[in-house]
Amino acid sequence: MNDIAKKLLKEVSGLDEMPKGAYNIRENSKSVARQSSENIEIVSKEDKSGIDIIVKPDTKSENVFIPALVSCSGVHDLVYNDFFIGENADITIIAGCGVSTGDSCDGSEHNGIHRFFLGKNSKVRYVEKHIGEGTGTGKRVIDPVTEVIQEEGSYMEMETTQIKGVDSTRRFTTAKLKDGAKLVIKEKLMTHGEQFAESKFEVDMDGEDSSVNLISRSVARDYSRQTFISKINGNTRCMGHSECDAIIMDHGVVSAIPEITANSLDATLIHEAAIGKIAGDQMIKLMTLGLTEGEAEAKIIDGFLN
Amino acid sequence: MLKLENISFEVENEKEILKDVNLTIEKGKFIAITGPNGGGKSTLARIISGVLKPTKGKITFYGEDITNLSITERAQRGISFGFQQPVRFKGITVHDLINIAKGEELSVMDASHYLSEVGLCAKDYIHRELNDGLSGGEIKRIEIATVIARNTKLSIFDEPEAGIDLWSFNHLIDIFLKMHQSQENSIVIISHQERILDVADEIIAMVDGAIVKRGVKESVLPELLHCEDPKNCLNCHDILEA
Repeated sequence: MNDIAKKLLKEVSGLDEMPKGAYNIRENSKSVARQSSENIEIVSKEDKSGIDIIVKPDTKSENVFIPALVSCSGVHDLVYNDFFIGENADITIIAGCGVSTGDSCDGSEHNGIHRFFLGKNSKVRYVEKHIGEGTGTGKRVIDPVTEVIQEEGSYMEMETTQIKGVDSTRRFTTAKLKDGAKLVIKEKLMTHGEQFAESKFEVDMDGEDSSVNLISRSVARDYSRQTFISKINGNTRCMGHSECDAIIMDHGVVSAIPEITANSLDATLIHEAAIGKIAGDQMIKLMTLGLTEGEAEAKIIDGFLN
Repeated sequence: MLKLENISFEVENEKEILKDVNLTIEKGKFIAITGPNGGGKSTLARIISGVLKPTKGKITFYGEDITNLSITERAQRGISFGFQQPVRFKGITVHDLINIAKGEELSVMDASHYLSEVGLCAKDYIHRELNDGLSGGEIKRIEIATVIARNTKLSIFDEPEAGIDLWSFNHLIDIFLKMHQSQENSIVIISHQERILDVADEIIAMVDGAIVKRGVKESVLPELLHCEDPKNCLNCHDILEA
């Protein structure tokens, strides 16, 4: 692994060295390091590029790291990762992708197709950070597709963060929830320059007392554009909530497009969206505490995306 | 310490909100500004803190002309301002705001001290976001805590009692009295509350954008307390006319 890849690894997953437990590190379309643990097995797919992550039932408090790195230009990476989470397991998955194109005018892209199959009463926390680096004109593109199938009583929390350097991203997440399953998605996004980001969610709550909570906080700077699309279908007694909170700066543009459909009298669905510039009162308050205008703006954005 | 000379504030096509206000506040003083709604009290506080710029006049702070200084520059010179309606922030915690106010990264224990000062149980609040989840009274006390944390030469509070329950209000008086123990720092409080007026060194009454009366509580308070409608009060009106 070269220095660029090491730096990307640190930024997307916080790792300075190989972690304990299960991990798979992918660099430029190849698996470069892998380890399974007693409870978490990682195996290569035979029909296409990617891995299966198989978590034994009742596995508790284990982490699995699966970062993907693209450390040079001209790479078009496509990977299929499937997660099979055993019943009653409780694990954390640290994923993420870093794309570096250096000073090249050639772009690179990483497209991760992730599928999660959560067994009954299992619990998963999924943490994913996307970053892009490079001084050239080569475009850095990350288009993740995530599919979540949750069995009864399972819980999934996804924290996705994309703060800098990715020129274009189209994220598409679908989920199907059975009885008592709960899905929480927290998305943080900042775009700048002429970047484009689209985040699209489609959630079907098929099971009684299932729930979903989608929370998106984003900042669009310069001439960047963002679109947040949330489709939530309440097909039985269930609770759905989506929230898009966006700060626009400079010439940034944000669209929030909700589509909530109650196919049952007992479905309760809420969508909230607030898009606007930083409130003047917030700036004034922080300036009365001694911060400059620039420092106040940075604090507000840091906090907002925290 | 603070000197306002011929300060006026006029909004285009509207009435003059402040009319030729002259005011000096000495070091170590506790001043209460009171008067009817719309009298210009909050505007005066905002002009001192730099949130508003006067249309006429001069402000000096410890001999320096600060009339054209920004909010930040005034804050850095030692002026603090507690808002009447505190601002809420998504994602910024109480601990973050106290750190910003103090200008350094405080430990949870040190930051908690300022919450205890305003009667909030620190463990319940220190990690809370300053969002809509906090009640009006809670966020008001946090606002006051940020001013205490700054410990500046001049602290201005705009109606600190608004939204605070009676039990907390009693505690609030103690907070101001404790701040007043400093012989170096001055406090200016805009208030309608008799108990705050009662503990101030001096009271300033403002009506229709002008200071109509200034003096120790014994001279100002009885008159104010018997004046139910200063705008139509003969005495206040006479002072204003004079």
